[in-house]
Amino acid sequence: MSLKIEDLKVYYCMRRGDCRAVEDVTFEIEKGDAVGLVGESGCGKSTVAFAILRMLPSPGEIMGGHIYFEGEDIATMDDDAIREFRWTQIAMVFQGAMNALNPILRVSDQITEAMLKHNRELSKDEAIEKTRELFKLVGMDPDRINHYPFEFSGGMKQRAMIVMALACDPKFLIADEPTTALDVTVQAQIMQLLRRLSDELGITLMLITHDLSVVAETCRNVIIMYAGKIVETGAVVEIFQKPWHPYAQGLIASIPSIERSRDQTLASIPGSPPNLLDPPQGCRFHPRCKFARDLCIKEDPVLLEVSPGHKAACHLATGKIKDSKWRPGKEVALL
Amino acid sequence: MSNGQEPIVSCRGLRKWFPVSAGFFSQLMGGEVWLKAVDGVDLDIYPEELYCLAGESGCGKTTTGKLLIGLLEPTDGIVEFEGHDLNEISRGGLRTLRARMQTIFQDPYSSLNPRLSLYDTVSEPLRLNKIATSGEDEEARVIRALEAVQLVPPEEFTFRYPHELSGGQRQRVAIARAIVVNPAFIVADEPVSMLDVSIRSEILNLLENIRREFHIAYIYVTHDLSVASYIGDKIAIMYLGKIMEKGTIKEVIHNAVHPYSQALISAVPSPDPTVDRKRKILPGEPGSPINTPPGCLFAPRCEYAQDKCRQDEPPLEEVSPGHWVSCWFPREPLQISYDLAHELKAKAKT
Ligand SMILES: Nc1ncnc2c1ncn2[C@@H]1O[C@H](COP(=O)(O)OP(=O)(O)OP(=O)(O)O)[C@@H](O)[C@H]1O
Ligand SMILES: Nc1ncnc2c1ncn2[C@@H]1O[C@H](COP(=O)(O)OP(=O)(O)OP(=O)(O)O)[C@@H](O)[C@H]1O
Ligand SMILES: [Mg+2]
Ligand SMILES: [Mg+2]
Repeated sequence: MSLKIEDLKVYYCMRRGDCRAVEDVTFEIEKGDAVGLVGESGCGKSTVAFAILRMLPSPGEIMGGHIYFEGEDIATMDDDAIREFRWTQIAMVFQGAMNALNPILRVSDQITEAMLKHNRELSKDEAIEKTRELFKLVGMDPDRINHYPFEFSGGMKQRAMIVMALACDPKFLIADEPTTALDVTVQAQIMQLLRRLSDELGITLMLITHDLSVVAETCRNVIIMYAGKIVETGAVVEIFQKPWHPYAQGLIASIPSIERSRDQTLASIPGSPPNLLDPPQGCRFHPRCKFARDLCIKEDPVLLEVSPGHKAACHLATGKIKDSKWRPGKEVALL
Repeated sequence: MSNGQEPIVSCRGLRKWFPVSAGFFSQLMGGEVWLKAVDGVDLDIYPEELYCLAGESGCGKTTTGKLLIGLLEPTDGIVEFEGHDLNEISRGGLRTLRARMQTIFQDPYSSLNPRLSLYDTVSEPLRLNKIATSGEDEEARVIRALEAVQLVPPEEFTFRYPHELSGGQRQRVAIARAIVVNPAFIVADEPVSMLDVSIRSEILNLLENIRREFHIAYIYVTHDLSVASYIGDKIAIMYLGKIMEKGTIKEVIHNAVHPYSQALISAVPSPDPTVDRKRKILPGEPGSPINTPPGCLFAPRCEYAQDKCRQDEPPLEEVSPGHWVSCWFPREPLQISYDLAHELKAKAKT
């Protein structure tokens, strides 16, 4: 087991109240796996990632739970241990990484400095050579390493940050929306690179994205979050074909496909995301769920296995409530 | 759309060359070396028109957008806004004009002022342009703008600061700020790139509705051709600072003749994981805008390139009314199949 998260709770404690961004999140990621983390804007994806690196922006705080990485609990590690561990064990490509580079230092200096700091055996020339190699891998002219970040376009900065995250050969890579500024050609190239890293070097990958076609192309497993909680998780092939949770059903049914394209009816999920300062009681999805019953308001469903390796958090999935219109599969969302 | 009307924004021979800082090149070449980010662009944007700029990373889309609203000074060429040459008007004059132009920048992480609360961020353009008639009016407009971009309930957001928001939420604040004043011209640079399917379609519809209601003209920068074909009227495909093909969406997306546009269209991925449509990915990378080759810039990657292409630069010529192409040997129109056209639309909508 590479990463194991148990009952993670992360709140942003503000004067107006606590923003309960991550609530009782539990999941495991096997070594060498490629896992997609998906869900609506603001549902807590980046917060999970920040918690894993213990880099939560203030006023974010881990309010409970454990984050085991190869057996050690990151949630309770002391600050020195964390510093050693970040980047060499777990590295991250930040969302909005475009402005994470220091604008007044040459890109090559920033990347090689990170390499040299974490690997004392490397010479400066080797570090430069490695940076050039990585630039080629992400589809950039290696001579550009000598430029300043402000001279890069949006997509170039994003790729420079991917290089930065790979610089120290991490075992575990978190990529938070790594391809938002990239066109399809470069995106395909980056996804191929990430897949190769996980297949050949055994790097574990956690990919955060709003783009389900990217998850379909790159990941083996997927975790679907809604309003700070996991609603469904399992193998990509299984979940894309047979989602159980009504939110997951709506999400998957909103992907168009060629077979259905002639007179496509695409599902949409009516309503707005909930206010995380005052989330709905019970199941957080109930105000937008067409199957919601009294029980869904009273009792929060737990994440339970519905078939081997496939879990869903819904009273319908566990059989606590019944509805003749509901069954596993995305078609339900189109009814 | 252009029936008898004057363009609201137009540019001729627009160039932006940056001096190259990296020592390596300057030493190698001796003397000044330039990076040609934008190199001879002509565009006319009419009121209520949505003009897309597309092309691979680094082709000059953002730079063109900034030149068109006077945020960057061109190396050469002119930009006119409602008939005024941006180079010739005073700073004060530019400030008044700016009120009528808004931008949604590509990176919502660096473009929002970290010291302003969301209320101040969104109401600032109202105050600068003295639009609100009273405090209540200002507040009502801010709340409406936040609701329009799905930052609900708005009261929970007005007091927050940009760092207290997720990526997609920041992107929506940038949109709320741009639309709150009903400008005449908006440059939107990849405005929905971080938004998930459900919110994205709401925002695209919102941009479309206010465009019709307030006759707003847009430059819409995107690398996503499915979004372009869904909301655009016209499109220019750029490559290394130059326009390769431009015209109506119907011509350029549905009847592309430039090998580069055709390659971009064939590379659009299928959004369905269970379907394995073989998409064609254009091999190679755009060359460097620093040492551009003679002849057609795309020739080194073009599978149809001939000797002429490597020697002479093709002019941008009108091949049919409103359809411009820069290519010595344009291809047969790539008629994208009904399915693909439909798929592009469906993908954008979701
Ligand atoms: N520093 C902060 N202070 C207060 N609230 C915050 C802070 N950072 C994030 N939040 C809130 O926590 C929730 C989860 O944010 P997070 O960034 O994890 O979302 P996300 O799933 O990554 O969304 P996106 O896809 O838009 O990036 C959001 O509702 C956001 O408003
Ligand atoms: N301030 C600057 N100084 C030097 N070079 C620059 C500057 N700004 C942009 N460039 C260069 O100009 C070219 C065009 O950049 P631009 O940002 O316009 O690209 P873009 O089409 O928006 O790309 P992306 O899709 O990646 O955002 C790139 O090669 C970039 O490196
Ligand atoms: Mg995020
Ligand atoms: Mg750009």
